Amino acid sequence: MTRRAIRLWFLVHKWSSLVCTAFLLMLCITGLPLIFHDEIDWLTEEQPQLGMPGVGSSGTTEGLLSLDKMMERALANRPGEVPVFMAFDNDQPSMTVTTAPRPDSPGADMTIQSFDRSTGEQIGMVGESDGGVMHFLLQLHTDMFLGLPGMLFLGAMGFLFAVALVSGVVLYAPFMRKLDFGTLRVSRSPRLKWLDYHNFLGVVALAWMLVVGLTGVINALSVPIEDLWQANELADMTSEYAGRDALPPERYGSLDLAMARAREALPGNNPQFIGFPGGTFSSKHHYAVFFQGDTPLTQRLLTPALIDAETGEFTDARPMPWYYMALSMSRPLHFGDYGGLPLKLLWAALTLFTMVVLGSGLYLWLVKGSASSKAHLRRIEQLAVPAE
Amino acid sequence: MIERNKRSLPLRAIFAWPLAIFLVGLVGLVSALTGDGWRDSLSWLALAAPVAALAWAMRMRRR
Repeated sequence: MTRRAIRLWFLVHKWSSLVCTAFLLMLCITGLPLIFHDEIDWLTEEQPQLGMPGVGSSGTTEGLLSLDKMMERALANRPGEVPVFMAFDNDQPSMTVTTAPRPDSPGADMTIQSFDRSTGEQIGMVGESDGGVMHFLLQLHTDMFLGLPGMLFLGAMGFLFAVALVSGVVLYAPFMRKLDFGTLRVSRSPRLKWLDYHNFLGVVALAWMLVVGLTGVINALSVPIEDLWQANELADMTSEYAGRDALPPERYGSLDLAMARAREALPGNNPQFIGFPGGTFSSKHHYAVFFQGDTPLTQRLLTPALIDAETGEFTDARPMPWYYMALSMSRPLHFGDYGGLPLKLLWAALTLFTMVVLGSGLYLWLVKGSASSKAHLRRIEQLAVPAE
Repeated sequence: MIERNKRSLPLRAIFAWPLAIFLVGLVGLVSALTGDGWRDSLSWLALAAPVAALAWAMRMRRR
């Protein structure tokens, strides 16, 4: 690599890192407890006694109450509201019903109620905007309380992080041309010590940082991705209904009939959730029943069956497009919640690695001392390029 | 600055271990997605590689 190339890559690395480091550190600090949010919730919340433990509410096991009955109970608690989502669990009879004042109400106005589908008992109710430390951390991590602009901004920071990682790998070569892999020069100067830790931790955690960073970017794009699906594929599937007025909630038909029709169309699979008319995940006239795939890998790749919400007639079912599948797979790959507690612990360890890489990078920039940046660059070249 | 007498390592040597750890990491990230049981265990082993590498470097390569 020529000196000029090293200099350019160094500038790319420096500026992409400088811009994103503060936000990335915030994401690491808030992300660390979020890795364990299931465990923390389990410890801090009272566990409901379920009528049929171990029976998934997404199934058709005898003894589970009808969906219409569950919806009736949920709406009785929220008079005047309309259903937005109904979501199921594969492992427990618990399920949630989300209601809101209007079909297209913003998330902040929604209320989520949890029920036990085997007893019909309500086991919880939360407003989307309700507090709690974990909720606060999640909001900070997702959009810094700034809504869509905040999400997109953090997505851009994630992209810069990926640029910093790639440029860092390119610079790894000139820095390491005289050092054996893993060398940590801890006794000469703090600068060399942290330079070696920065390079070493950065390169050994590269795969994880790149994947978690880029899947974070895709998650940050979830709103435009959902809008794109609704505007294209969904509009195409429901083109016969284009131009019709939205179906008023009092004319919504039976959920159980709709579910039966949807199961006929996609036999062998279980639903993850139902999107109601007028929301982000459906047209203005359909129950959109989102089915999971039947293998561990495809379980997260959803296929919606669209059922006319008034008549219960089947309209269409198509797998989600590639860009939505990318979003579906980006969730587990970002959250680290797909391989048990050991995977979560490794997620936490690698988050700590990332924090050391970010912190040492910041340190290396700060201690470049009184030297002008030109002299600094020369020093880096001397360090990187063998004496000619 | 650094040992002047030591020859430059070829790119292949510089990136041999990093590339191996990178590929093992990708396997680990994907493995647990494809199922439970041994696929989870494989992903734990694979993603523990960076942690093991740090422990090794701190023990063997501190100068």
